[in-house]
Amino acid sequence: MGRGDRLIVTTLAETVPQASVTPDGVVPTRARRRPAAWWGLTPFVLYVLAFLLLPCLLALGTGLVDGDGRPTLSNLTALGDPVVLRTFASSFLVSGVTAVGGAVVGAVVCWGLTALRPDGLVRSLVDGAASVLAQFGGVMLAFAFTATIGIQGVVTQLLLTRAGVDIFAGGAWIYEVPGLLLPYLYFQVPLMVITFMPAVTGLKPQWQEAVATLGGTSRQHLLRVVVPVLAPAFAGSLLLLFANAFSSYATAAALISQGSQIVPLQIRAALVSETVLGRENVAGVLALGMVLVMVVLMVGYSLLQRRTDRWTR
Amino acid sequence: MSAVGRRTTRGSGPGAASPAARRAALVVIGLVFAVPIAAMVAFSLRSADGTGHDLGHWLALADPENGRAYRNLVEGVTNSLVLAVVTAVLVLVMLVPAMVLVHLRYPRLSRVLEFVCLVPITVPAIVLVVGLAPVYSVVARLLGSGAWTLALAYGVTVLPYAYRAVQSDLAATDLRTLTEASRTLGSSWLSTLALVVVPSLRRGLLAAAFITVAVVLGEYTISSLLNRVTLQTSLVQISRSDPFAAVIVALLALAFAFVLLVVMGRVGSIGTARPAAPSSTSRKALS
Repeated sequence: MGRGDRLIVTTLAETVPQASVTPDGVVPTRARRRPAAWWGLTPFVLYVLAFLLLPCLLALGTGLVDGDGRPTLSNLTALGDPVVLRTFASSFLVSGVTAVGGAVVGAVVCWGLTALRPDGLVRSLVDGAASVLAQFGGVMLAFAFTATIGIQGVVTQLLLTRAGVDIFAGGAWIYEVPGLLLPYLYFQVPLMVITFMPAVTGLKPQWQEAVATLGGTSRQHLLRVVVPVLAPAFAGSLLLLFANAFSSYATAAALISQGSQIVPLQIRAALVSETVLGRENVAGVLALGMVLVMVVLMVGYSLLQRRTDRWTR
Repeated sequence: MSAVGRRTTRGSGPGAASPAARRAALVVIGLVFAVPIAAMVAFSLRSADGTGHDLGHWLALADPENGRAYRNLVEGVTNSLVLAVVTAVLVLVMLVPAMVLVHLRYPRLSRVLEFVCLVPITVPAIVLVVGLAPVYSVVARLLGSGAWTLALAYGVTVLPYAYRAVQSDLAATDLRTLTEASRTLGSSWLSTLALVVVPSLRRGLLAAAFITVAVVLGEYTISSLLNRVTLQTSLVQISRSDPFAAVIVALLALAFAFVLLVVMGRVGSIGTARPAAPSSTSRKALS
């Protein structure tokens, strides 16, 4: 009996605050529970502060202090250094080319995937392969391309012995910036499939039926419905691909063991040897430059994503 | 889904090309993408004298006599497996309670939580590692320099993946009603968590754990620049002396990640825009 009474009381006390958005006025329950609930968040908050916020501040902050730890903006002039500008230019080039290439080929794959059952085995295999290549390949993709078109690579040797074509006649470009393009495309196309596919599956067959009912042609459906609906998603994915190539390090680092042809590799050089370009804290300055670029890209991405979400619900 | 099929059979213009054309496009691109993997296999099968093909390099990897040569690789694999487990546990005990709490009690914080979890996409690992280096000099003093400590940094890099996996499940489950029912019936928060929250989110939790394992096994940037020995750093090191061993282990690792992610996809929460209702196959796969 006593237990039953308490049960009803708790039910009422619990449903009232849950129903209203601001659970004011239910002082007893809140006073009893609040501390316990906050404790649940504490470990996560402390963890994020220590291993996400603090490293971010340190990474960006070191670019803004001099060798003695005094704040200065003079390091930032490193961003105007011709060498740094050139690496940023090659980073932009690699990211731009592979983003456009990856987006176009990836979009074709998405279009092809609509011919498959969404819950079929083939689709699962394609999804799995796309995830592996887009997110976890890194170093291993560099090996794949060394084994394919490296100097001792299978395709290189086949072309040399069977067709007499030496793809490295003009120099070992695979260990230079152009050599990054194919491996990067190898993870950019799968990333496009992952990010663009939800928008493609969001195209409703009813829209085509509506167009047909109103006397429209397939061509009109394509140009007036499909393209406008997919355009923001495509542009957003393009930005994400650019950001992905711009920030990726592992594949390039494994392929190009020396030199700093792109920004992440220049950060490596700066971290390993303390003074690069005769300056201090160059790693921090480069990190700052990278984050600036990334923030611009990701803000653009989230704005476009908001437009995309309208159709993928 | 019949909807897709219906759309394709109907039109005939450029907007609705035949399924055959789409399948052909898939096959062509699939074949191109198979070339590097096939090349890895062919490369690993080259015989030692370079004239033919045999299993020599595969057998050498399994030969205990080469234990010394592959010691670093074994250490890397061991460390990475430990890191995968520790990171998965870390994500599950830190992130999941926070997400559930925010979902149930502090919905106004949900945007903040989402922002925090997606920050690691905007801040690349190569940038993060610049700031992690000083943090780890403190960590080494407090916790020692055991291989597992790297899991603390990895937990951050997997946040976006884990967040998405759990969030898609949270959004699809009416956890609020379930927990209220559980509390109403008199169970404590702890038993509600263990008997209601965890079972209803099992798909998301499993997906988060799988993707964490895959990310950790593939991580190179942070471990190499903090001078740690992991699977990927030892692969790079061994590739300089024995590229065949590196290619074989890379193939095996890729295959492992592939199986892991296909299983995860079959269990059902890869991607973000899936219908809210869990499919019958995914239910079957887990029960």
